[in-house]
Amino acid sequence: MLEIRNLHANAGGKEILRGISLVVKAGEVHAVMGPNGSGKSTLAQVLAGHPAYEVTAGEVLYQGQDLLAMAPEARALAGVFLAFQYPVEIPGVSNAYFLRAAYNEQRKARGEEEIDPIDFMDLLEQKVRMVDWGPEILSRPVNAGFSGGEKKRNEILQMAVLEPRLAILDETDSGLDIDALRIVADGVNRLRRPDNATIVVTHYQRLLNYIVPDYVHVLAAGRIVRSGDKGLALELEARGYDWLTGAGAAA
Amino acid sequence: MSQAAVGTRRIPAGAPLSHAGRAPSWVSALAAPAGATMPSVRREALARFQEQGLPGAKDEDWRFTPLAALAQTRFGPAAPGRVPSEAEVDRLQAGERHWHRLVFLNGRLHTGLSRIGRLPAGTRIGSLERALRVDATILGRHFAGIAGFGQHAFTALNTALFEDGACLYVPPGVELDRPIELLFLSDPGTESPAVQPRNLILLGANSRASVIETFRTLGDGVHFTNPVTEAVVGPGAHLTHGKLGLESELAFHVGRTVVRNERDSLLTSFSVTMGGRLHRNDLDVVMDGPGCHVTLQGLYMGRGEQLVDNHTSIRHAHPACASREVYVGVLDDRSHGVFNGKVYVTPEAQQTDGKQTNRNLLLSDRARVDTKPQLEIFADDVKCTHGATVGRLDQTALFYLQSRGIATPLARKILTYAFAAEVLEEIPFEGVRQRLEAMVMSRLDQRPGD
Repeated sequence: MLEIRNLHANAGGKEILRGISLVVKAGEVHAVMGPNGSGKSTLAQVLAGHPAYEVTAGEVLYQGQDLLAMAPEARALAGVFLAFQYPVEIPGVSNAYFLRAAYNEQRKARGEEEIDPIDFMDLLEQKVRMVDWGPEILSRPVNAGFSGGEKKRNEILQMAVLEPRLAILDETDSGLDIDALRIVADGVNRLRRPDNATIVVTHYQRLLNYIVPDYVHVLAAGRIVRSGDKGLALELEARGYDWLTGAGAAA
Repeated sequence: MSQAAVGTRRIPAGAPLSHAGRAPSWVSALAAPAGATMPSVRREALARFQEQGLPGAKDEDWRFTPLAALAQTRFGPAAPGRVPSEAEVDRLQAGERHWHRLVFLNGRLHTGLSRIGRLPAGTRIGSLERALRVDATILGRHFAGIAGFGQHAFTALNTALFEDGACLYVPPGVELDRPIELLFLSDPGTESPAVQPRNLILLGANSRASVIETFRTLGDGVHFTNPVTEAVVGPGAHLTHGKLGLESELAFHVGRTVVRNERDSLLTSFSVTMGGRLHRNDLDVVMDGPGCHVTLQGLYMGRGEQLVDNHTSIRHAHPACASREVYVGVLDDRSHGVFNGKVYVTPEAQQTDGKQTNRNLLLSDRARVDTKPQLEIFADDVKCTHGATVGRLDQTALFYLQSRGIATPLARKILTYAFAAEVLEEIPFEGVRQRLEAMVMSRLDQRPGD
């Protein structure tokens, strides 16, 4: 589904990604872990097309297409979804309006008519239950005044509505208490299908107790320094990152 | 008194381009109606206007708002104007059908299109010119007493030449159960009328009323509206005042609202401006007793070559008053926004609590904003803050919407709307809010794609 080859990217003239290669197949869950500043969030943003990052080398194939040549909205319409670490607040625009706008963009891209608003409300009410919410959340403005946990839950609600093929969760666990973490993880697990894939970007192993990865990759200084199965995450939990990044050896 | 025509001071061809300090030539064609009330005040105002003429760029309050086009456009006296249908008026008004409504057509009250429902005993709503004629002693004491014209050329012009406007009196303790909409319609016709509406609002102690002034154009075209509203909010009373500038984008509008708050009274003010080639609002609030609380909310949107200028002034003259002000601007194309927010705290006004915010969104490289918060504080035990920002749509926010598959033009529209929503959401009348939201949306829909 996704093939990243020797990806290099800069932000503000500084090289952050320094040669990432990664293959993700349909049905798989990959965890990308690493200390702060290792480039894991940058990788997530570059895949979704954040304009603040400049790709300087390498390529990314998504379902055989050149992902880097696509505008962010085209990537989304092709099934790429990024759950933001810091979701944006949009005061005055209800969740229902926002979700319908995004959903209709997908329909339009497929050459379908816009969905009937009443049918869409039925669909939304099912999706809202998936993240353990009531329908009142739909009339609230997008993320405005939401707690950190509510914002993350709202990302999963958007994901549930848009049903991406490739979901990238960027530090979705940060700032969540244990109950919210479980709700978010349950939502992600319920959305897993044999024909979609998930990349979980996280600092901590905690989330991986709930969303169990097939592969774990450790990033340090913009490169993957180690790949393994879920056992690697447990090892990181026990030993920290220093033994892989060399920071301990240098000290 | 007879006609209050302005003595001509014609600008000869080849004269200096500056209009500053001169009365524009078209003023000579205007006149107060024959037998108009308040003749001596009108005469004095006229003399004052002729003496000072229009403000120019050297006048600090008009530095960013050039009046050359206003001075050079040939405005005429107001014709009766085309009488719109009831349905058209319903479409143009901002409020609900059951509200009280006074409709002014080219500055004259149209009783057929106005609707005043049952009123509590003692409450008066109607023509100001008529009210002044009937009761010049009480009303005359307030008329031109709240909005002085000594330093305000346009207020002087209005005072000299107004034909009519609304007068509202609410007796002590009375709460009106529904708002009053004053709908000022201008028919540009062929004469490009200059209209000077004049309103007087008097709320007795512990009374409560809501007044929305809506300014609209019948069709599209050039005209000039120069309204002045004076309001006294009695002790413990609550006035909600709205001003909606929705005139043609070819129109000129220079308006002033002056509110005097007496002790423990409340003012909730909202202002939305989308119309006008040049639209200037002056909103002056004087807290003339302790314990007052005022909230001023404003939204202004410019596009094309529009110039929208909001000057607000809040005077804290007594202890323990609070003011909250949020003005938000959205400027597109080559439009120009101006915000000037004065907050004046006298030495007596201890425990003043003031907060002012002005946020501006520029949608185009050629749009421009001049914003100037102006705090003058002479008391020591006060809490006053202000902040002004000018920015563009946030790149990360735009990316957030794009990453959900939303195409860039729609993403920009949603974020622009969200910016304006901060003020729209605070409008305390759901119907008005919805109408304005729809107008903002359709305005953003008309925006060419990026």
